[in-house]
Amino acid sequence: MKNSPPESQFKNPIINWIDTRLPIFTAMNETVGTEHPTPKNLNYWWNFGSLAGVVLVIMIITGIALAMNYTAHVDHAFDSVERIMRDVNGGWLIRYIHMNGASFFFIVVYIHMARNLYYGSYKAPRELLWILGVVIYLLMMATAFLGYTLPWGQMSFWGATVITNFFSVIPFVGEPIVSWLLGGYTVDNPTLNRFYALHYLLPFVIAGVILLHIVALHRFGSNNPLGIDIKSDKDMIPFHPYYTIKDFFGLSVFLAIFCVFVFFVPNILGHPDNYVPADPLSTPAHIVPEWYLSPFYAILRAVPDKLLGVLAMFGAIGILFILPWLDRSPVRSAHFRPMYKVFYWLFIINMLALGYLGVQNPEGIYLILGRTCTAWYFIHFLIVIPLLNVIEIPKALPKSISDPIFSSGSSEMGATTPRGQK
Amino acid sequence: MIRTVFILVVFLLFSFSVNASDPLEKGEHKSWGFLGPFGTYNKSSLQRGLQVYTEVCSSCHSLKYIAYRNLSDLGYNKEEIKAFSENFTVTDGPNDDGEMFERPGRPSDHFVSPYPNVNAAKAANGGAYPPDLSLITKARGGGADYLYSLLIGYKEAPDSIKVLEGTYYNKYYNGNLIAMPQPLYDDGVVYADGTKANIEQMAADVTEFLSWAAEPEMEERKRTGIAAIAFLLIMAVLSFMAKQQIWANLKKKQA
Repeated sequence: MKNSPPESQFKNPIINWIDTRLPIFTAMNETVGTEHPTPKNLNYWWNFGSLAGVVLVIMIITGIALAMNYTAHVDHAFDSVERIMRDVNGGWLIRYIHMNGASFFFIVVYIHMARNLYYGSYKAPRELLWILGVVIYLLMMATAFLGYTLPWGQMSFWGATVITNFFSVIPFVGEPIVSWLLGGYTVDNPTLNRFYALHYLLPFVIAGVILLHIVALHRFGSNNPLGIDIKSDKDMIPFHPYYTIKDFFGLSVFLAIFCVFVFFVPNILGHPDNYVPADPLSTPAHIVPEWYLSPFYAILRAVPDKLLGVLAMFGAIGILFILPWLDRSPVRSAHFRPMYKVFYWLFIINMLALGYLGVQNPEGIYLILGRTCTAWYFIHFLIVIPLLNVIEIPKALPKSISDPIFSSGSSEMGATTPRGQK
Repeated sequence: MIRTVFILVVFLLFSFSVNASDPLEKGEHKSWGFLGPFGTYNKSSLQRGLQVYTEVCSSCHSLKYIAYRNLSDLGYNKEEIKAFSENFTVTDGPNDDGEMFERPGRPSDHFVSPYPNVNAAKAANGGAYPPDLSLITKARGGGADYLYSLLIGYKEAPDSIKVLEGTYYNKYYNGNLIAMPQPLYDDGVVYADGTKANIEQMAADVTEFLSWAAEPEMEERKRTGIAAIAFLLIMAVLSFMAKQQIWANLKKKQA
């Protein structure tokens, strides 16, 4: 306790008084303000982090409004959702935003993750930043699954039955764990009640992990399209106003696309069976997960053994945690890694294929393709990526971010995509 | 940016193909007036559809999420709705003596169901439960087209198909054997507005009506959507211009 901390330097005396005692304005300024130096060459793929944050806020606000009108009981849940759709003022809008918001949350996060993989943002020193991101992704999948059971339609009920059944493959304790999760031997009213409670809780846990994610981000700052370290202040610009306005523009475009779904095809991403009330005595012809879980469902069904299938499915996500140690290449950006770039796009195509296969019947050609794509998923991470570190010769890296931009004499400023990138 | 849009479009097509799996592979496609971004319901068709539902479907199928007051969407006024609702008998109660009692319907009542409960409905229909129709076009792949096809799909069974006891051949039903007997016949109703009531006309009208029942908010939703998207596009253009200007300052400073 030597010196008392210095007085804050805000012009507004009230803000200054508060900030001296509780430095929230300083914290904001250092997070999204003028005191947060950011690489000047970030392209539009860097919009999706803040976009994901906005979508979470939209989800929490609409979710709370829905919770005020929803009844978590097997006899009333479906009716209460229809009441929201028909009788609550603006209820259809709130529900359609929430429903499609879940899908768009995943779209945004998948793009955010794909950008990360392309530009090697998960590499040292940002390993924990990446791992926290994977934790958020896992929590999102749990939250989305729990939320999907709440309308108590046919897919809600049978999806919950199938997914909770995964845990029964655990040796010895599997069955007790399933009854503990369900609050009984089958999916029933206790299940709905606890799923509702957890669905309300988890978004706030996600918000907490996002705080950690941001703290970890600000330790070393954002990666950038060139994937090289910051060399001098010349490489940096303040977050505000440059990236606040750029994020705002991105948000406008995103919301316009989002609105096309909410207002014109609100049910296109859902399944018609979920407008049929849950019936434990009638199994739907095909039980399919929502599209965003589909790739992992494809992996599950590709493996003939139930226990191994579940292990493969969880392993497919678990493998993401060790990715920073599988990829030892010192070069981050795929822009300078000609071979990685090819395998990156192959990986993306493979993921889309898995997503498609996850909603098809696993028979004939679909089963063969499902197994091929599943195998490739693991080969990509466990063989291709470590092997590339050995055999790939990366291109020469620029000396600094400012270097290539000014030496090429381009009229475009930093925020453009690096040239020559496919 | 162009690439972002491209990827979203690819994703969009992808999601369409994912969900377009079932079941209307060979059904009739009709150009419904309520489809498309500016589509609206045809009020006279809705009114005819209500008549078909009331005189034909409602003997077995409930429509429990619709209240009589909702019929104002069809262009009826308060008196007409009140008169219509009074045609139905509602079981209410218990009253002060603890007894259930019957009274005429009111506009605030939901459509009276033909059976008191699911078991009664099954018992009266040979074990098959006639589903509630409030959400039928949303709850079936193919939506309005599927419903319309099903209603006009009762044909002579081909020799290869053995029609089992208690089922009926339907060209468009999954498995072709449906427990519902053919509901619509030419001149099965006499339309109040004089429209000729052949099977296709009645099927189209009741499909329009049930599409409204499933999505009564549709017209308001699309109107709001046009306004919201117009607003957001203007916001996007303005924020893009602001962004260009702010970044131009940076260029000047650093050049």
